[in-house]
Amino acid sequence: MTSLTSLTIAQARDGLRNRTFSALDLTEAYLLAMEKARVLNAYVVETPDKARAMAKDSDARLAGGQGGALEGIPLGIKDLFATDGVHTQACSHVLDGFKPTYESTVTANLWRDGAVMLGKLNMDEFAMGSSNETSYYGKVINPWRRKGSNAALVPGGSSGGSAAAVAAHICAGATATDTGGSIRQPAAFTGTVGIKPTYGRCSRWGIVAFASSLDQAGPIARDVRDAAILLRSMASVDPKDTTSVDVPVPDYEASVGRPVKGLRVGIPREYRVDGMPAEIDALWQKAASWLREQGAEIVEISLPHTKYALPAYYIVAPAEASSNLARYDGVRYGLRVPGDDIVDMYEKSRAAGFGREVQRRILIGTYVLSAGYYDAYYVRAQKVRTLIKRDFDRAWEKVDVVLTPATPSPAFAPGEITDPVQMYLNDIFTVTVNMAGLPGISVPGGLSADGLPLGLQLIGKPFGEETLFQTAAAIEAAAGGYTAAQWW
Amino acid sequence: MSVDQGTVRRVARLARLKVQDEDVPRLAGELNAILGFIEQLNEVDVAAVEPLTSVVTMKMKMRADDVTDGHRAGQIVANAPAQEDSFFMVPKVVE
Repeated sequence: MTSLTSLTIAQARDGLRNRTFSALDLTEAYLLAMEKARVLNAYVVETPDKARAMAKDSDARLAGGQGGALEGIPLGIKDLFATDGVHTQACSHVLDGFKPTYESTVTANLWRDGAVMLGKLNMDEFAMGSSNETSYYGKVINPWRRKGSNAALVPGGSSGGSAAAVAAHICAGATATDTGGSIRQPAAFTGTVGIKPTYGRCSRWGIVAFASSLDQAGPIARDVRDAAILLRSMASVDPKDTTSVDVPVPDYEASVGRPVKGLRVGIPREYRVDGMPAEIDALWQKAASWLREQGAEIVEISLPHTKYALPAYYIVAPAEASSNLARYDGVRYGLRVPGDDIVDMYEKSRAAGFGREVQRRILIGTYVLSAGYYDAYYVRAQKVRTLIKRDFDRAWEKVDVVLTPATPSPAFAPGEITDPVQMYLNDIFTVTVNMAGLPGISVPGGLSADGLPLGLQLIGKPFGEETLFQTAAAIEAAAGGYTAAQWW
Repeated sequence: MSVDQGTVRRVARLARLKVQDEDVPRLAGELNAILGFIEQLNEVDVAAVEPLTSVVTMKMKMRADDVTDGHRAGQIVANAPAQEDSFFMVPKVVE
């Protein structure tokens, strides 16, 4: 018999509905797999008691024929999502001991549909990072290794715990968030599928804020169908988030397998960046030919402001972060370090609580927002965002979806990138999508010469998630799936 | 534009972050590297461009000005490092 943890969400759903196995069987299989995979450091907290209780409730509902869309499916939750009574610290020391007395809308939607929580997943502190090395709880290890090597690799970030856990089959699927690439880049590094939906598709209520005009929640899953199943449950219109958009949530799974014949796929010439490895360029061409063979039309397009997206991001994101993170002052929650007076207490608590990367971004954000610089930096960056969005608006006159590589390289080793700006360049292909508020999906396309997963990105029109699932499934059908060999 | 050590101290003060003296030169270097990277935005002509205020065209939602929640003082202070009688406790601010 195949082990229960090797089943996709769609397969597990069938097994649960047919009563081939119980939700509790499935949850126990995952809890055991999690215990064996602790070396990956993907979970910062395991919640076995809660998982078993939720699984038993699922079994009762399934027995009564009442199961929801995710009934009995065990999921990992990124530590950025508020979970009632459970460790929620954005993997930061500054939120030491924080247990919310409320539930985020996204996780509440998942529990409403019957999902089971296995625990909270590791991440870069406050979602700031591209390698999961900035977590207060230590780095996450990628389940993938280079061919013939035992050396550890990073899983990408910031949703590195989510991506590693999905790739290692220690959850059936995971929640994640994406501000500049934090779903798509780790998905690409681990051979998993990750989608950042349109800004406003998922409620941000109860998600620890990083950069509010860019943050979006989305799933990381083993394949395109599972990602579609998860997003349908996660997405909603929420009165508690005024930026959530009043658009009905479609049945995304129905797009999986829909033919791509006649679909116009744009190839932006500006994504051919200097120094991009030949194998990534080759994979990109190959993906275009797969789609062409299935009847899609490949169209060369131009997105002229692409190169300005990353510098503009490094104004907008730190500026919003410096404002959002002002709330961590040692008064209402988290870490407090005593001081001579209240300001000294604030300064000491924040210095002790925030890690180096977070402090760097708070300082940059405070600088660009400080008196006299607001127009030169923040307003200019927001104007550049208008130009980036306009590039895409023009592209949509010619194409239905845009195809690019997901990342400029496969996974790298911990400690390999120490220069902050070099690290930021990891998001070069993903960040434009956040700046324009568009949906983007990362889907595995193949392996590097070293045997590491490489991802492709598809960018859609606002609320064009169905086209993304349709096109990503066509790529997946041609490329096949990729599973890390178990060494742990 | 270059950030000197005095600027690092001033910005850290604004951000309420205590910085150690020995870290100031490193932070100045890192901030300058990031600002140098950002500098390329000056190549872009933004004269006739409006700043982006919303990525999706939608009308600001309005809600009725009603009290819909409350009486949660216990929950609100539940995570406070120091609290008493549903108040947050802080060092003395007013003499």
